[in-house]
Amino acid sequence: MKYNTNDHIQAKLDRRRSRRASLFKKDLVRIAARQSVIMLKPWVMARNPVMFITEIGAVMTTLVLVLDLLKHRYGLIYTLAVTVVLWATVLFANFAEALAEARGKAQADTLKRTRRKAMARKVINGLEEQVSSDELHEGEIVLVKAGEIIPSDGEVIEGAATVDESAITGESAPVVREAGGDRSGVTGGTRVLSDRISIRITARAGQSFLDRMIALVEGAVRQKTPNELALTVTLAGLTLAFLLVTGALWPIGRFFGVDLPIPTLIALLVCLIPTTIGALLAAIGLAGMDRALSANVLAKSGKAVELAGDIDTLLLDKTGTITLGDRQATEYFPLTGVTRAQLAESAMWASFGDQTPEGKSIIKLGEETLGSSAPLETPGAKVVPFTAHSRLSGLDLPDGRSFRKGAPDAIYAYIQGQAASVTPALQALVDGVGRHGGTPIVVAEGKNVLGVVALSDVLKPGIRDRFERLRAMGLRVVMVTGDNRLTAAAIAGQAGVDDYIAEAKPEDKLEYIRREQREGRLIAMMGDGTNDAPALAQADIGVAMNSGTQAAKEAGNMVDLDSDPTKLIEVIEIGKQLLMTRGALTTFSIANDVAKYFAIIPAMFMLAIPQLAALNVMGLTTPQSAILSALIFNAIIIPLLIPVAIKGVKYRPMGADSILRRNLLIYGLGGVIAPFAGIKLIDMALGLTRLF
Amino acid sequence: MSDTKKHINVYQQIITSGRIVIASMTICCLLYGLALLSFGRLVMQDSADGSLILNDHKETIGSELIAQGFTRPEYFWPRPSAVAYNASASAGSNFSPTNPALRHRAEAIITKMEAKAGNPIPADLVSASGSGLDPHITLAAARYQAARVAAARGLSDALVMGLLEKSAKSPGGPLTPDPVVNVLLINMALDRLKK
Amino acid sequence: MSTLLILLILGAAALLSWPAAKWMTWAMSPPQKGTGFRYSTESVFLRIGGQTAARDQNWKEYTLSLLLFNSFMFIVVFVILSLQQILPLNPDSKGVLEPSLIFHTAASFTSNTNLQHYSGEVSLSYFSQIFGLMWLQFVSAATGIASLAALARGLSGKTNMGNFFSDLMRATFLVLLPMAVLASILLILGGVPMTLLGAATAKTLEGSLQIIARGPVAAFVAIKQLGTNGGGFFSANSAHPFENPSFFTNIIECVCIILIPMAGVWMFGRITGRMRHAVIIFSVMAVLLAGKVALAVYFESAPTAAFAELPVQATGNIEGKELRFGAVAGATWGVLTTATSNGSVNSMHDSFNPLTGLILLAGMWLNITFGGVGVGLINMFLYIIVGVFICGMMVGRTPEYLGRKVETHEMKLALLTLLVHPLFILGGTAVFALTPWGASTVNNPGPHGFTEILYEFSSAAANNGSGFEGLRDNTTPWNVATGIIMLLARFIPIILPLAIAGSLAGRKPAPVTTGTLRTDTFLFGMVILGSVIFIGALLFLPVAVLGPVAEYLAK
Repeated sequence: MKYNTNDHIQAKLDRRRSRRASLFKKDLVRIAARQSVIMLKPWVMARNPVMFITEIGAVMTTLVLVLDLLKHRYGLIYTLAVTVVLWATVLFANFAEALAEARGKAQADTLKRTRRKAMARKVINGLEEQVSSDELHEGEIVLVKAGEIIPSDGEVIEGAATVDESAITGESAPVVREAGGDRSGVTGGTRVLSDRISIRITARAGQSFLDRMIALVEGAVRQKTPNELALTVTLAGLTLAFLLVTGALWPIGRFFGVDLPIPTLIALLVCLIPTTIGALLAAIGLAGMDRALSANVLAKSGKAVELAGDIDTLLLDKTGTITLGDRQATEYFPLTGVTRAQLAESAMWASFGDQTPEGKSIIKLGEETLGSSAPLETPGAKVVPFTAHSRLSGLDLPDGRSFRKGAPDAIYAYIQGQAASVTPALQALVDGVGRHGGTPIVVAEGKNVLGVVALSDVLKPGIRDRFERLRAMGLRVVMVTGDNRLTAAAIAGQAGVDDYIAEAKPEDKLEYIRREQREGRLIAMMGDGTNDAPALAQADIGVAMNSGTQAAKEAGNMVDLDSDPTKLIEVIEIGKQLLMTRGALTTFSIANDVAKYFAIIPAMFMLAIPQLAALNVMGLTTPQSAILSALIFNAIIIPLLIPVAIKGVKYRPMGADSILRRNLLIYGLGGVIAPFAGIKLIDMALGLTRLF
Repeated sequence: MSDTKKHINVYQQIITSGRIVIASMTICCLLYGLALLSFGRLVMQDSADGSLILNDHKETIGSELIAQGFTRPEYFWPRPSAVAYNASASAGSNFSPTNPALRHRAEAIITKMEAKAGNPIPADLVSASGSGLDPHITLAAARYQAARVAAARGLSDALVMGLLEKSAKSPGGPLTPDPVVNVLLINMALDRLKK
Repeated sequence: MSTLLILLILGAAALLSWPAAKWMTWAMSPPQKGTGFRYSTESVFLRIGGQTAARDQNWKEYTLSLLLFNSFMFIVVFVILSLQQILPLNPDSKGVLEPSLIFHTAASFTSNTNLQHYSGEVSLSYFSQIFGLMWLQFVSAATGIASLAALARGLSGKTNMGNFFSDLMRATFLVLLPMAVLASILLILGGVPMTLLGAATAKTLEGSLQIIARGPVAAFVAIKQLGTNGGGFFSANSAHPFENPSFFTNIIECVCIILIPMAGVWMFGRITGRMRHAVIIFSVMAVLLAGKVALAVYFESAPTAAFAELPVQATGNIEGKELRFGAVAGATWGVLTTATSNGSVNSMHDSFNPLTGLILLAGMWLNITFGGVGVGLINMFLYIIVGVFICGMMVGRTPEYLGRKVETHEMKLALLTLLVHPLFILGGTAVFALTPWGASTVNNPGPHGFTEILYEFSSAAANNGSGFEGLRDNTTPWNVATGIIMLLARFIPIILPLAIAGSLAGRKPAPVTTGTLRTDTFLFGMVILGSVIFIGALLFLPVAVLGPVAEYLAK
C-alpha cells in the first residue's frame, strides 16, 4: 500500500465524508421517527431509567387529563399542554436513539452490499465442486480465479493474487494477497483481479468478521459499556433523589394549605431529572461506534472504542507508520581517492541483481546522481542475487570486473576472503553512518572497497506534529523497529517518540506490553502478522490490519479496513470524544436545573405564599406559563443537542486540565445560563398565545 | 495464620468490645473526671463550685454567672427570661422573628418601662437570652434604668451613673466595643451603698 | 472588630489543625519503632484488646467490628439511662426516664448526633451524664476518626484497612483524651464549674428561692466541643453561663468545634500521602465555611423583624443570644456548629433571622464544610467521587480517583449513600408536616413552623444535634423517628464509603499522565465545589424556599 501522496489522503477523506450521511437526512429521519413511536413500549423504555420515569409521568398526566375531561374541570388546556410536552420529551429521546441507530444501519448497509451471494468453487480431495457461498463451512478450501468474488473470509494457503478490496475499504488501488506471509487474509465480498489463489475458509457465511461487526453497528447485539453502565446508575440515582424532592413537595404543600396538581409536580420532576443526558446517552454510544466505522475501523465491541480513550501508551511500528515504507539510499561516502561518481557507478553495478526496495533505491539514487552517464544493465553479466543469508548482492561483468555491495559484515568477509583487510578509515565511515541513523551499505570492486552508501529512513510528513499532539493528550509513543539500537535511537530522536524497542522480535513487543501493563498503563498496538497475534491479544487495544492474517484479526479487538498504521491515533480520539460527550451533556443537564427551579418553584407556591413572587427573577408571565416554559425548554433541548450527541463535542488534543476547563465553561456555565434565556423566550412566545 | 483463625470470630470480638468498654469508661470517665475534679478543687475552687456568692451570714444569694429575677424599682432589672430565671431549667424563648408572641412580649416591657419613640429602649431589655440566665445587661440598658433606680433609692442620678461606669466591663476587651454590667453584682453594690 | 474576632477563631483553628493533624497521624498509625512512648501505648492497647485488636482487617471485617462495638455503646448507655434512678452519683434524685426518650438519647449519642429531647439539668443524674453520655462522646467521636483513618488507608491502596479496635483505642486515648484534658483545664481556668455537688439553693436579693443546677461541667463540655458531639450538660447548652461563662471560654469552645474536623483533612492527606490534594479539599471547605460565616453574620446583624416600628434601639438580632460573647458570636458559632455536625449552640437558633437559619440548614444539608469528626471528610469523599466521575469523563478518559478507575460498583454505592440524606430529611419532613406528629408540635406559626420540622430532620440526618428548640420534640413519634434516622444516617455513610474504598483499593493503580484529571489543582477544587453545590444543594432548594426564604420574604 502507498502512503506517499497527499492526493491519496485527500481522496480517502472525501470518500469518508461522502459515506457519512448528513445529520438529518430525510429518509433517516423518517425511519427514526417511526422507530421512536415503536420504542414507547414500556419494556423497551425500562432500559433507560430516566426516560422510563418520564414516560410514567406522561401516562399519569394523560390519566389526569382524561379525568379532567370527564369532570369538566378548570385548567384543561394547561393539563393538555403538560401532557403533550411530556410525550414529546419521551419521543424526542427515542428519536435521538433511533436516529443514531438508523445512521449505523445505513453505514452497515453499504458494507452489507458486499454480502451478495456468490458461487464458490469448493475443492474436495483435489476435485472442484460448485456450491453457493452460504453453504461453505470453516476449514473448507475454495479456489478463486481472476474476476471472481471471494465467497467468505479466509486465508490464502496457496498462490498470490491482486485483490480489489474497494467494496469494503473504498480503496481503489488493488492489493496483493499471498500465501504464507502477513498478507494472507482475504475478506468475503472482495474480488480477485489477477492470478488464482486457494483459500481456506475461516468463517461461515453470516458469521464472518464483517457480519459480526455489522450486527454490532446496527444495534442488534448492543450491550452497555462499563462507563455507560456506571453513568446509567448515576443518572438513576439522581433521578431517585429528585423523585424524593418532588414527592416530598405534595405533603409539604398540604402543610401550607396548597393542593399541588399532579401535572405540575410531574412537570417539576421531569425538569429536574437529567432527561437531557438520559435521552441522548444511547445515541452517544451508537454514534461512537458509527464514527469508528466511518474511520473504516470495525470494533468488536463498544467497550473497545470506549477503552481507546484511556490508552496511555501507543506501540507503533516504525516502518510505514513513522517512516515512509522502506529505507532509501540517500547519500554516498567515498573513501579517500575514490570519486563520488565512481562510487555511484559501482554501487549501481552491484545493485542490478538486487530486487529489494533497498537495491532499487540505490539504482534510483545513482540515476539521479550520474544522469546520462549511468551504467545500463549489461547482458551476459552474472548476477549475484541478494539473499537473506549472504546479505550481499553483486554482479560479475564479462570483462572480469566484479562488484559487490552489502551489509558491512558481509563485505568484510568477502574482501577478507580475498586476503584484503578492513581499513580503519572504512570502519570509521561505517560507524559514522550508523550513528546518524543510516544503514551503511559497503560497496566493493574486486577486493577494493570504494566507500559506503547510506540508506536512511524518510519520516512521514507531519508525523512529528502528530506525536506532539499525542503527547499533549498524555500519551506515550513507543516505536518498534528491527533496526539496531543506534539506528533506532537516531530515528526516535528525529520523529520525537518517547521510547523505542530496537531489534524487536515479536516476544519483545509482548514483554514490553506486559511491563507497561504491570505499571498500570493501558497499551494500544497495531499489527498484522500471525506473530503479532499474542501481542495484539495482550494489548488493551489491539488493532489488526484487514490485510493481515486471520490469527491477527481474531486476536485484536478492532480491525482497520484501510490497514493504515496511523489509524490508532484516530481510534483513540474517537474513544476520548465519546467519553467527553457523555460528561459534557451530563454536566449540562444538571446545570440546567438551577434555572428550572427558579421558573417552577415560585410558580408552584405563588398562590399560597404570594411573597414568593420575588423569586420570579425571569419575570415569567403566569405560574402556568412559567411551568410550561421550563418543561418545553427541557423537551426541545433534546433534539437541539442531537448534533452534539452524534458528532461528539469538539475535540482538541490538549492536556486534561485544559479540556476540562473548556468543557466546564461551555457545558457547565453555559448549562446554567442558557435555560434562563431559553425559558424566558418560550414564556414570551406562550404569552402571545394568550392561553396560559 | 490459619484460615480458621483468620475467620471473623464474633465471640472474641464481643469479649474485646467488652474489655474496651470497661477500659475506656475507667480512663475517660473515672480517671479523667477525678483528675479534673481535683484540678478544679485545687486551682479554682470557687468557680469550680459554680461561682456562688455568699452574703455576710454565709448564705448563698446566687451565682455571679447566673441571672436572677428583679422586679422592684430600686434594683436594676435583667433581660427578660423565657424560664423566669429558673437556674435548674435553662432555655430561650425560641420565638422566631415572625412570631407575634415575640412582639407582644416586647410591647409589654416597652409599656412597663415607658419607652417612647424619642427615647427608644435598648434591644437587650426586650430580648430574652438564650439560656434565660444571662447575668448581664448592656451598659446602655443599665443607664436606661438608672433614673428609676436612683429615684427609688433616693440617690442622685450621678452617683448611680458613676457606680455603673465603674462596674461596666467589656467582656472581650477591644474585640467587644459594647460594655456590659453584671446585674446581680451591681444590685449588691447598690445594697451595700445603702448601708 | 467583629471581623477580627471571626478571623481570630478561624485562623487559630486552622493554624492549630496542622500540628493537631501531625499528632493524630502519629497516634493513628502503627508505631514506627520498637521502643518509646508510642510503642508502649500500643502494647497497652494490645493488652486491653487482645489478639482481636492486633489483626489487620479488610473493609468488611473492619465494618463488622465497628458495628459490633457501636451496638455495645448503644446497649450499655441504654441500660445506664434506664437504671439511673438506682445508680449512684444522683444528688438531685433524678427519676425514671420515658422509654422512647431513652431510646432516642442512646441513639443520639451513639450516632455522635447529640440531639437532645431531654434537658440535662432537669432529667439526668451525674452518673448518666458522665458514664453514659460523656463516655459516648469519647467513643463515638473515636469511631469517626477510626473510620476516616480506615478510608484513607483504603484510598492509599491498602485492602487491609487496619484494625478497628486498635484504631478506636488510639483515637480515644491518644487523640481525644489529651485534647479534652487540655481543653477542660482551660475551661476550668475560664470559670466553668467542675463539681459533684448537687444543685445549690440561693436566696435571691428580692428574697425568692433560686435552685442553681451545676455539676462536672468542664469535663463534659470539653469533649462535647472537641468530638463534634454537641450534647450540652445543660438544656441551654453553651448558651448557659456555666457551660460557657465568658468571652474567652467562648473562643476556646469555638476553636474546639472545628479543630479536629480541620485536622482530619490534613490527616487524610498524610495517610494517603497526597498533601496537595488535601490542600485543595481543605481550601474548598474553608471557602465554603468562610462564605457561610460572612453571610450568617451579615444576615444576623439585621434587627429582628419582630421589633419593627417599636421604640427599640436598632441593633442586630439578639433574641436568644448572650451578651458576654459579643455581637457576632451567635452567628459564627451557629455556622461552625452546623458545618461540623457538632450541634452545640451558644444562642437559640430558632430565634435567628430567617436567612441566618437557612445558612445553618445549608450547613447540615451539605455536611461537608469540615463536617463531623472523621465523617465530614468521608461525606466529602462521596461528592468527590461523583464530581470525579462526571468531570473525569469530560477529559476523555474513564474517570479515576487517586489513580483508580471509578466504575459502576463505586457509583452505585456513592449514589446510595448520597440518597440517604435527602431521603431522611425530605421524607421525614414530608411525613411530619402532613401529620399532627409534626404539625401540632411547632412553636411558631407559618413557614417558620415548617422550618422547625425541617431543621429537626436535617439535624438528625446530618448527625448534628442542634435544633430549633421551640419544637416540642419530646414525643414518642419524634423520639422514634429521629432516633432511627440518626442511627441509619450515621452508619450507612460510614459503611458504604468504606466499601467504595475497599473496592478501589483492589484496583490496579494507573499512572498519572497529562491526560489524567489531576486532583491537586485549583480546577479540581472548582469541580468539588460544583458537585457539592449542584448535587448537594439543589436537592434542598424547594424546602429552603418554602421555609426560611418564604419567612424572610414575608415581612
